[in-house]
Amino acid sequence: MDSKELNSPGYDVPPELQGQVAITTLDRIYNWGRAASVWPMMFGLACCAIEMICTAASRFDTARFGMEIMRPSPRQSDLMIVSGTVTKKMIPIIVRLYNQMPEPKYVLAMGACASGGGPFKEGYNVVPGVDRFIPVDVYIPGCPPTPQALLNGLIKLQEKIKGQSIKGARWYTKGPDEVEIPIPILGPDLIDPRKIDQIKQISKTAKKAEAQP
Amino acid sequence: MTTPAPTQTLDLAARFPGSVTPDEREGYDGWIVAKEKLISFAQVVRDEFGYDYLSSLTGVDYLPEGKMEVVYHVYKTTGGPGLIFKVQVPRQDPIEVPSLMPVYPGADLQEREAWDLLGIKFIGHPDLRRVLMWEGFEGHPLRKDWQEAFFEEEAKPFKSRWPDGQFTMAEDRTPLGDNVAFPAGFDPKKARFDPETALYESLRQYDKEETGLETDHMLVNMGPHHPSTHGVFRMAVILDGETIVSLKPVMGYLHRNHEKIGERNTFLMNMPYTDRLDYLSSMSNNFGYALTVEKLMGVKPPERAEYIRVIMAELTRIANHVWAIGFLLNDLGAYFTPMLYGVEERELILDIFEAVSGSRMMCNYFRFGGVARDLPEGTLEKIHGIAFDRLPRKIDELERLLAENEIVRTRSIGQGVLSAEDAIRYSAAGPLLRASGIPYDVRRAEPYGIYDRFEFDVAVRYNGDIYDRMMIRFDEVRQSIRIIQQAVKDLPGGPITAMKPVYQVRVPAGEAYGRVEGPKGELGYYVISTGKSTPWRYHIRAPSFINLTAFGPMCTGLKIADVVGVLGSIDIVLGEVDR
Repeated sequence: MDSKELNSPGYDVPPELQGQVAITTLDRIYNWGRAASVWPMMFGLACCAIEMICTAASRFDTARFGMEIMRPSPRQSDLMIVSGTVTKKMIPIIVRLYNQMPEPKYVLAMGACASGGGPFKEGYNVVPGVDRFIPVDVYIPGCPPTPQALLNGLIKLQEKIKGQSIKGARWYTKGPDEVEIPIPILGPDLIDPRKIDQIKQISKTAKKAEAQP
Repeated sequence: MTTPAPTQTLDLAARFPGSVTPDEREGYDGWIVAKEKLISFAQVVRDEFGYDYLSSLTGVDYLPEGKMEVVYHVYKTTGGPGLIFKVQVPRQDPIEVPSLMPVYPGADLQEREAWDLLGIKFIGHPDLRRVLMWEGFEGHPLRKDWQEAFFEEEAKPFKSRWPDGQFTMAEDRTPLGDNVAFPAGFDPKKARFDPETALYESLRQYDKEETGLETDHMLVNMGPHHPSTHGVFRMAVILDGETIVSLKPVMGYLHRNHEKIGERNTFLMNMPYTDRLDYLSSMSNNFGYALTVEKLMGVKPPERAEYIRVIMAELTRIANHVWAIGFLLNDLGAYFTPMLYGVEERELILDIFEAVSGSRMMCNYFRFGGVARDLPEGTLEKIHGIAFDRLPRKIDELERLLAENEIVRTRSIGQGVLSAEDAIRYSAAGPLLRASGIPYDVRRAEPYGIYDRFEFDVAVRYNGDIYDRMMIRFDEVRQSIRIIQQAVKDLPGGPITAMKPVYQVRVPAGEAYGRVEGPKGELGYYVISTGKSTPWRYHIRAPSFINLTAFGPMCTGLKIADVVGVLGSIDIVLGEVDR
């Protein structure tokens, strides 16, 4: 970031001090630092994870964007790249990992499967899109997205981070730190705890319909 | 369409009068065995006729005939064609078939899969739990009368999408707007869910050893989110101190229903799905599926296509092996540096794939009776440069850096040993089998395509430890380079496909089992056609999945830190393990 970008508009820095002094807002300098040091979680689900590794490797190199440090622990990471098909068996773990990440946290849905089920949408063990359970910040199309596409998505995420303000950020507001997402349950099929009443209702009417004929 | 030669020469029907009959359905092959005689039949086949290797075991649901069938494909590790035998049982629960675990321990995970997806109970299996879905899941999804919530029609293309284009969202058709269905009268508030207990109980079986000492064992879960498990693989381990008492692989976290979706897809539509099985080696997956359907159709690709197929399959093997070596070193602790050497070579090969198919990873390049496109201009020169100049040099360099490294040798020599007998018993395939001293390579044992024309050696090593499994991948890369060199030299001109490019192929009724030597091992496809536009059954014999059968026994007695290295040396890809 050069000084032109860093300086808030409307403040004239005398020419002799340019390069040594910058007048800026807290948001700008804070977001500048955050956007350039996003630590993704080392978290691969499927095919897209291979392209994610290629993106991190020497040819495409996410270190250019300050994102080369992949942390296996959710406690140390800022960004969850959901790289692949989300299955019903896996979603409780994904939600738990998301809950364990500290704020501010971001989610990037990489590829068709994570965004909406992709070619496997009709599958009985597939969750059609991770956004049914956790909020997604950036979606990347492709099956799998090329490393260039992933880099583009990461740049989009940086733009999003730069547009945020401390004033409105949910991790600085009063109240509980973060909103925990209830962890789905593996029953006879995947149970979303937020829909338990609905499920009960539907199973009841299904029973009636069966009894009538 | 399958060659009936081997079964005709063996007179198994005379050996088991009344209980073994030849399968006389049109397009089918092999023997139908009465379920009472199955175990003694398998023993005879293994001990007297030498079919010591259980390649594939799967179930087929013949709903219209009211039958459930279990199909076994066995081979000799000395080479040659295989033997097929089947057991048929009426399709009424409980569907019971004796387990072949006492004869072929490699049936372990495959029988669990057939139980999970088709509900066939294998009597005598010591640990018959669900393997891909979770314990407590309702129904057996591969049965023909089982439908998920998003079910639309039996066969694609769905009328809602084509040709009129009245697209409807699957979400709008289901009451919950999601791909879930619950049994009638289900009350989520009262029900208790316990998908894990069965696993822990099965682990505890091994915990009651009478040593006379009061030891406290510890249960450790690794994965599915773990940096060393190569994806979403999970292992549950019982530890005595740091030593492993028992280990169970837990999978299904990437089970994306290839087989159910494949039964609804047209034959050609399955081709891009095969890419996503072992997503590191899509060309090999294409190869196996194309071969299987070509067997049914009776099509032979033209010469040029055959050569291009071999070049692509061998490039895939190289790309996979350099990646596998890199990841194994990651697991042994050399974090990411050796891997970058591997990734560099792989990227160059991916450039070739992108040039010929348009995609780096998911190539979707093979077609029935040929390949999709001819090599674009300049690609052959690129392949030539890689195969003759760059790769031999780079592989030597990588080997020089790793093979003599003190830390690598100390951590890998003598660790995770799999003996030759065990490798066959557990149906291990590919580098895992060959590193244990069995020179079994489908390219030689039962040549497919034009592999009988090339000069190459079957790489084999004899110690069966992590080190040998790493070194055998170097050997195999060298042999692949040899094959590519010969193929590039001899590449003829001419057409690249034997058929007109069509969306819908006519596949005569029958069954076919096609197998190729994929980078991970023997990759098989078992396809049944009824003459309709979609396959009746589409089963994948995934080498990564079956190689994991030996994983538990290999790890018992090791230290917990070495498990990661053993897993890395098997080289699994979760897309293929879970399918």
